[in-house]
Amino acid sequence: MNADDAGLPVIRVRGLGKRFGPVVAVDALDLDVRPREVYGFLGPNGSGKSTTLRMLCGLLRPSGGEIEVLGLPLPQAAEGLKRRLGYMTQSFSLYRDLSVAENLGFLAAVHGLPRRRARRRIQALLERYWLTDLRDQFAGTLSGGQKQRLALAGAVLHEPELLLLDEPTSAVDPQSRREFWESLFELADAGTTILVSTHYMDEAERCTRLAILDRGRLVADDTPRRLMAALPGLPLLVECDRPRQAQQVLEGQPGVIALAQIGAALRLLVADARYETALRARLHAAGIEARLVPGTANLEDVFVAATQRPRQAAGETP
Amino acid sequence: MNLRRLLAIVVKELRQLRRDRLTFAMIVGIPVMQLVLFGYAINLDVRQLQTAVLDQADTARSRELLAQLEATQVLELRYRAATPQEVKALMRRGKINVAVIVPVDFELRLERGDRPVLQLIVDGSDQVVQASARQLARFPVPDARGWTERVAPIEVVNFYNPERRAAINTVPGLIGVILTMTMVLFTAIALVRERENGNLEMLIATPVSPWELTLGKVLPFVGIGLIQVTVVLLLGQWLFAVPIRGSLLALYLAALVFILASLSLGIFLSTLARSQFQAMQMAFFTFLPQILLSGFMFPFAGMPQVAQWLAELLPLTHFLRLVRGIMLRDAGLLELWPALAALGAFTLVMLSVAVGRTRKRLD
Repeated sequence: MNADDAGLPVIRVRGLGKRFGPVVAVDALDLDVRPREVYGFLGPNGSGKSTTLRMLCGLLRPSGGEIEVLGLPLPQAAEGLKRRLGYMTQSFSLYRDLSVAENLGFLAAVHGLPRRRARRRIQALLERYWLTDLRDQFAGTLSGGQKQRLALAGAVLHEPELLLLDEPTSAVDPQSRREFWESLFELADAGTTILVSTHYMDEAERCTRLAILDRGRLVADDTPRRLMAALPGLPLLVECDRPRQAQQVLEGQPGVIALAQIGAALRLLVADARYETALRARLHAAGIEARLVPGTANLEDVFVAATQRPRQAAGETP
Repeated sequence: MNLRRLLAIVVKELRQLRRDRLTFAMIVGIPVMQLVLFGYAINLDVRQLQTAVLDQADTARSRELLAQLEATQVLELRYRAATPQEVKALMRRGKINVAVIVPVDFELRLERGDRPVLQLIVDGSDQVVQASARQLARFPVPDARGWTERVAPIEVVNFYNPERRAAINTVPGLIGVILTMTMVLFTAIALVRERENGNLEMLIATPVSPWELTLGKVLPFVGIGLIQVTVVLLLGQWLFAVPIRGSLLALYLAALVFILASLSLGIFLSTLARSQFQAMQMAFFTFLPQILLSGFMFPFAGMPQVAQWLAELLPLTHFLRLVRGIMLRDAGLLELWPALAALGAFTLVMLSVAVGRTRKRLD
């Protein structure tokens, strides 16, 4: 599916801003999310992911800008949107002292699902998310992965057109994470548009489209593949016996965007090939025998390049 | 307002309540504990005042009179003094609260009936003692011939009776105090708990309205409050033989209105507090003026004007008027309408402010 021409946007955001007192949490954000996308929000803690998601489902009032969700303006139409929107909070927010079935029953009633349909829907969700055997267990006693499956079941109970998930996999093991993402794609196939925030690179890579947030600003927005292809730099692998010292030598050199030690090697992201010779000479001068080989671009490079741009700009000024 | 949603919240609250053992225990535990405490331990009905006797006459009739005084149980004749100095010393050392002096010419005074036959010396440093001993002294001075007939034990009991009624007076008041403590505390915590546990973020992303959420959380406690009233009434009847002179229906209606007032105060506090602990502190902050100024602890008429104005704002003040009127004076609800109206107004104001403050947003 080509995300660029798949109909009217489900979410359209222009110049969105949110400040808490003197702190600017979200700054002049533009966003277009199209139907059936699995749209990822990637960013470090405090980059404004949660705040943006909360504004998109009407929980927070923006300080400025325009939001249109499913064709309706926010925050004015927030109440009407709540029937068409599912929201999964970052921390588990169902009742720990109610059982799995009681929690889902409560949500069904609150969303106004007719009784018969509610019963069938809960039955189906319990089966789909492997919760049937746990139906009478208190939610508070479930494992991290089980809780998260219950939370997802609760968020999609009323069959929302748009599903917002705030770091849904932060408390679960890798196996559960993989299964969880399969559930998300299944929902997207069935027509649900999904907006999911994460700080896991492997998860971000699975999104159909990705927005990278840094300190409240949108610093990149495209498909993961194109973001990697358009990486504004050259990934290099520095193979040497003293990677820590090599890192210290290269730190802050012109053209260096990012450095990270990967095992015994040093991963280096440089602005372009011009700097390669100078850096090699620099290492040699410091008495470090090193080989520089081309690496393959990954999403982490994209993320680091995008979120560290201001620092690189500062380094480049003569 | 959607009835199904409202019901869903009520059912959810009841389920959570059933599983919260501590809260569940408090619902029954608080009324029982308070009633026993106030009924037995905090006994405002004064008995067994330590007393010394100085019987300067020491005749058969004087000894008989002293025996009758002791039979009232208000005085306990612990010491037998030989001189007035000894009496003074005992009182100064705090050994006695009261001294009974029988004059030398006791028989003569009794014959003539023109002067007091007994002298009661009271320790004035204790107000409660002073008050009850003074009432003892209002004992009708017997005239010469009728003495033994007039100081029959029954007459002594009659004198003592008003004192006992004052004690019975605290049980109706206790209904109000117990409801104040439990209703305000439980609901003050209720909404904050949803916020602290993160449930509120999930709830406000659903179509639940503030009225549904607020009423859904309040309604289960109405039932619980009425159960508590029943517990206190049954125990009061069983342990202290407290009468219910008015209509039971009127009593329950008054309790219902007071429960609603207390619940809305709790919900209002819940919207102010940031944590369950804060909510608890605020709840205790409202208990103190209610218990001190409402007329439960001290007589309303005896308070300064400003305190009385303040007390008029407190729901417990009005409920005490209702419950004492109905239970002890057999008053009807219509006769007590100002108190009922005050409680209704309090409820409406508190609930509106609380719902207005329960915004469906996080900021």
